[in-house]
Amino acid sequence: MTPRDLLPIAGFAAAAALLPLFVTAGTWLNFMIFTLIICLAAQGWNILGGFGGQYSFGHAAFFGTAAYGTAILQLRYGVNPYPAFAAGIAAAAAVGWIIGVLAFRSGLRGSYFALVTLAFAEVFRVLANSAEVTGGAAGLLIKLDVRPENFQFESRANFYWIALALVTGALVLTRWLERSRLGAQLVAVRENESAARALGVDALSVKLSAITLSGAVTGAAGGLYAQYFLYLDANIAYGTWISVEALLAPIIGGAGTVFGPVLGGIILHSLAEFTKTLVGRIPGVDLVIFGALLILVVRFPPRDIPGLLKRWRR
Amino acid sequence: MRSYPPEIVAEAVLNGLLTGAVYGLVALGLTLVYGVLHIINFAHGALLTLAMYGAFVAWSVFGLDPYVAILPLVPIFFALGYGVQRFVIGPASRGDDSNILLVTLGLSIVLENGLLAIFRSDTLSVQVPYAMEVVELGPMLLGFPRVVGFGVAFLVALVLFVVLGMTDTGRAIRAVAKERTGAALVGIDVRHVYAVTFGIGTACLAVAACLLLPFFYVNPRVGNAFVLVAFTIVVLGGMGSVPGALLGGLFIGVVESLSGLYFGESLGQIGIFLIFILVLLFRPTGLFGAKA
Repeated sequence: MTPRDLLPIAGFAAAAALLPLFVTAGTWLNFMIFTLIICLAAQGWNILGGFGGQYSFGHAAFFGTAAYGTAILQLRYGVNPYPAFAAGIAAAAAVGWIIGVLAFRSGLRGSYFALVTLAFAEVFRVLANSAEVTGGAAGLLIKLDVRPENFQFESRANFYWIALALVTGALVLTRWLERSRLGAQLVAVRENESAARALGVDALSVKLSAITLSGAVTGAAGGLYAQYFLYLDANIAYGTWISVEALLAPIIGGAGTVFGPVLGGIILHSLAEFTKTLVGRIPGVDLVIFGALLILVVRFPPRDIPGLLKRWRR
Repeated sequence: MRSYPPEIVAEAVLNGLLTGAVYGLVALGLTLVYGVLHIINFAHGALLTLAMYGAFVAWSVFGLDPYVAILPLVPIFFALGYGVQRFVIGPASRGDDSNILLVTLGLSIVLENGLLAIFRSDTLSVQVPYAMEVVELGPMLLGFPRVVGFGVAFLVALVLFVVLGMTDTGRAIRAVAKERTGAALVGIDVRHVYAVTFGIGTACLAVAACLLLPFFYVNPRVGNAFVLVAFTIVVLGGMGSVPGALLGGLFIGVVESLSGLYFGESLGQIGIFLIFILVLLFRPTGLFGAKA
């Protein structure tokens, strides 16, 4: 990784960091923070799905585990939110490793891997919906106590910068992965697993590293979500919506590229906001557009929006 | 764990079998599509939801009894399935599994949320005069709509068996399932057979929807509850196996009914998911040994 590799990331971070100086309306900051959280979750999916070619339909398992971890450690054990956040991320990584060991050791790939990840997320959702420690169906409310040392801020802009810092960190991590030995092996496994193994790549351990990293990054998004909205229930934390969002953004923006998930996340949520102003708050309309977009980009190769634009220009 | 008198347990088992037959019908469509096209249709649940709304509209707007609505809905859904495979899924796949996974996921998102936009998230149900009627079997009482569902599900399976086994279309479908290139070489239009198979799978959903509606509810997410159940049944029965889907459906119906009895409704679902995960991890060719 050379300084030149980091230049676009630094440029993006600098430009995005200036936004709150011009945009001060609460609703806009809210929108931008939410979009960044999605971008972070999507960046996590991208590590496993984009670079590794293992399509997970259940990234909610990681998002929710870190979200609940962050909330429960504060509420039930009085841990400070920052270490609670870190512990939540570690828990999500651990869940990633465990699901990885179970699924990859059994040789699940393709559709089977997608199905088993979906099933894991659903098991977590049902458990969280009925267990006592997660507050059951009523959910968990993190106590409002606005102090910076408590990971709660007076100004939304502070939260925006933290979210941006985490997204930037994930971008650097992905760039490092792209340039690293692990990343090269991961792409080799994606393109042709048997050939990669014949060349001496330990496919299992490569995929395990990827799903652990992936779980941690998507987990960071979950912890951030809990800390920002201060409320969680099973359908938010482990709901299919986040599994779908985490997958859609990289696919639309360009899976297996560093900026793909961020680009996809911004496109999707700008589009969602735009439709909302156009047709009003009809539930589901934004997702209809997401789904139609997904069908379109898959229907017309190359499979993402940057690719589509290139095709039109030709 | 509480203990129950044997007749309560027996009643739960029987009710599980009855519901399980309808699950089997849902799984039948899924397994048929898998067996022939070798694709996992993620939109299966959303198509079931669509069919249930179809049956609901037939009842609320046109006053059709759900059982009568089977007659118009089956051809409509066959045509829909045919068109979806021929014009959306088929062209998008380009021989790549992940494309199919994504395109069917996109389709399910569009359907589910389109229905949400139109009907909102309210849970709807139909009122039919026979909803509360029961069939007495010794000391046990069985819901009439469930008994009908059981009978019709098996009838459909029988019809499907005859169609697959004895008609030219059925032979073409089986030929394509076994050896696509060979079938194309002897002049079978593979893309047409794919679309017909997908149409049959979707038509099975139309029947299942009409059978479910008298004793179930419908909301935009109702298909999700069935889709994992159907996938569980399909992997349990062996991907692509028609009798496996029925047996798996009955088995899952009983498991759900018994775990609901012993662990309560919400935790009862976990039993199914755990079976699903365990079967995928340790016996991906299915319990009944059909070839994957």
